[in-house]
Amino acid sequence: MSSAAAARPLVDSRREAQLSALKSGALSLLVLIVLCSLWEAYKWFGERVELTRPFPVNDRTMPHIHDMVGQLFEPSRRNGPLLIDVLLDAAAFTAKEAAAGFLLGAVVGFAIAVVLSESRLLQRGFLPYIVASQTIPILAIAPMVVVWVNPKLPEPLEGWGAVSVIAAYLTFFPVTINTLRGLQSADPRALELMRSYAASRWRILWKLRIPASFPYLFTALKIAAPASVVGAIIGELPSSIQGGLAGAILNFNQYYITSPESLWATNIIAAGLGILFFAVVAIAERLLVRRAPEHVA
Amino acid sequence: MTQAAAVSITGLSKRFERGDVLALDRIDLDVQPGEFVSLIGPSGCGKSTLLRIIGDLIRPTDGDVLVNGKSAHQARLDRDYGIVFQDAVLYDWRTVAKNIALPLEMAGWGRRRRESRVQEMLDLVELSGFQKHHPWQLSGGMQQRVSIARALSFSPPLLLMDEPFGALDEMTRERMNNELLRIWQETLSTVVFVTHSIAESVFLSTRVAVMSARPGRIAGIVAIDLPQPRGPDTREHPHFAELITQVRRLLRKGHALDAPEEDETPLYVAEEGL
Amino acid sequence: MSVVAPVPRGTLGARVGRSAIDWIPPAMVLVLGILLWEGLVRGLDVQRFLLPAPSAILDTLREERDLLWSAGIYTFTEALGGWVIGSALGVLSAIVLARFRSLGRALMPFAIAANAVPIIAFAPITNQWFGPLEKTSKMAIAAILVFFPVMVNTLRGLTSVRPQSIELMRSYAAGEIETLRRVRIPNSLPFLFSALKVATVLAMIGAVVGEYFLSSQEALGFQIRNSAALFQFELAWAAITVASVLGILFYSAVALVERRALRWHPSSRSE
Repeated sequence: MSSAAAARPLVDSRREAQLSALKSGALSLLVLIVLCSLWEAYKWFGERVELTRPFPVNDRTMPHIHDMVGQLFEPSRRNGPLLIDVLLDAAAFTAKEAAAGFLLGAVVGFAIAVVLSESRLLQRGFLPYIVASQTIPILAIAPMVVVWVNPKLPEPLEGWGAVSVIAAYLTFFPVTINTLRGLQSADPRALELMRSYAASRWRILWKLRIPASFPYLFTALKIAAPASVVGAIIGELPSSIQGGLAGAILNFNQYYITSPESLWATNIIAAGLGILFFAVVAIAERLLVRRAPEHVA
Repeated sequence: MTQAAAVSITGLSKRFERGDVLALDRIDLDVQPGEFVSLIGPSGCGKSTLLRIIGDLIRPTDGDVLVNGKSAHQARLDRDYGIVFQDAVLYDWRTVAKNIALPLEMAGWGRRRRESRVQEMLDLVELSGFQKHHPWQLSGGMQQRVSIARALSFSPPLLLMDEPFGALDEMTRERMNNELLRIWQETLSTVVFVTHSIAESVFLSTRVAVMSARPGRIAGIVAIDLPQPRGPDTREHPHFAELITQVRRLLRKGHALDAPEEDETPLYVAEEGL
Repeated sequence: MSVVAPVPRGTLGARVGRSAIDWIPPAMVLVLGILLWEGLVRGLDVQRFLLPAPSAILDTLREERDLLWSAGIYTFTEALGGWVIGSALGVLSAIVLARFRSLGRALMPFAIAANAVPIIAFAPITNQWFGPLEKTSKMAIAAILVFFPVMVNTLRGLTSVRPQSIELMRSYAAGEIETLRRVRIPNSLPFLFSALKVATVLAMIGAVVGEYFLSSQEALGFQIRNSAALFQFELAWAAITVASVLGILFYSAVALVERRALRWHPSSRSE
């Protein structure tokens, strides 16, 4: 800072930061309002003009946004609990699976990356299959996984534990790929320094490579967290698991004709869950990892 | 070759809004056509900013800049200058030849004319035969030579250079200095050259403009009356060391005008992610 | 004449043109893996439902190849269509947002949020929009899945240009469009291709999951579910294999185009 700026008190800069955060929050709110208005405008226009391309516009295909939100506070079925209660329960159920899957996938992914980083041969041998693994349609495999894993699980995990495995399947991949890159990203000069201390391979790994991989790890975790939610939902879908969001989606898909808003509301809650998972990791990153600010807009 | 341009700067000031920093304070400088003028000063003194104002890449807050008899803005639109940065800024997806041809393409030159000019330029910077190479295959010094070739490809009357050899090692740097002088003598353009190195400024220039620490002012101008054409033995000329001392004295004086601690913050930090 | 110290062509060649040696480890793993699989299934007498032997799957692939082929093409068309539409829209949006930078900054948090949303939950709605028996409903969900990563990555590529590159363009009195054409777009290609590769996988997921909710009988997803329901597990697994192979081919095709388009790129940009 120039000498003039250095003379200013510290309080000012904190207030500046708060002000700019407030400004960007207000801006985001404004954008949200604009997006909702665009939705309503398109709906109004489409109904007026009886648009059929790309899809017909009516109350069924495009409910009002306020109806979607309002539906949350209606009973989910006659004399039943409020929709929002039902959905939040479902979300919690899915969140449990996703969180367990996230943890499992992150640990496994990290371990695989560590092993592969130490052996060029293993890397070259297995990496193509790790990449290819993501092309296997997990939706199709999910029932098999559930049948196979469920009996093997202890009491408290039964019924939903298998879905965590499926969530882990989607989670481990970004973690492996990014962590591998991170482990290999150590500054060659730092490596030379370690070797000059006659550090063992293990120590180099522990003290240099792994810390160097943290920024990459967190980038991966930010991708993996929402992926675990997606994995959980996909895992629930064909597995006759009623308690989670997939069950809710299937249910309200069935009753779409009578209450389209319910399915949309379910999507809103599901979206919220994904964003929540992402936000948690993003906040953890900010607290745990200090790194140079990105030089990209 | 086209006529060399004159640069006339009167009462130039620049204040940056961000941080409310006065970068340049009433600069007056006249560069005659065909001159080689160096701008030298401590870090943060605004020499790069001044260079960019001449090139109409930054707008001044106050004062006038005339380039080749026009406003800086018009001179830029008329492509009256070529610019060379410390970083060669070559495009990886283009070959050396295509990189040099870039401004010619943009000026709408025909293919044959472009190719012959590219060959001329490569000969000028002594890189003939490297047409099909890609930038990453060249050393730092070679990349800078391509950058210079590109800047001169359309024969601009003015050449602006922002510490072009700053990233090179000492020996390459000296060699590049010799090269640059040779090229200057062949093209006869005006050169405004920003540098950190006192010896370099004295060796290359007809005049050295010494700037003070922020806010940047002209602390003084040293006329370099070493004989032309200059060559490697110029550095051993008896007057050479004296001139260096003169420049150094002016630097110290300009330095002492402000706070004792050197204000090292880069003044012009181009916004990343433009 | 200064000493030439260029990066030896060898490393570039080794990266671009794979030598046979590179292929041996993964090939070995494949062979060993299949042998192990066959051995375990036979030796441990694993339930057919869970995992048939590779030999059984291979037989089924051969017997039912017409059915599997047409179903595969059907689903692949959905994925391909969604991939093309989503990528095209993503690139166009990125170009617009790169031009109107403040708009891009305002929308960035929403793009990040959209990336975190389980978009797949939206599949039943696209089915409602376009009709569950139509291909377009699956193309739509695939396109939505593809759009966001492509847009975000392309935008990053368009805007991560060094400031001096832009200054250079300004010194040539170049306008925004010329700068876009000559600098930003070539600069963004590595980012774009990285996203396009990931997008192939997303598009296939979109198609298959979309088919799960309801689809024409010609679709691969239908085949998988139907054959599993009829206890024809070898057929189900054969269909799964087809889906996976198509996904790999799709990804590899894009990777191949990438290698040609980015021949100039000094380093390899991994996904």
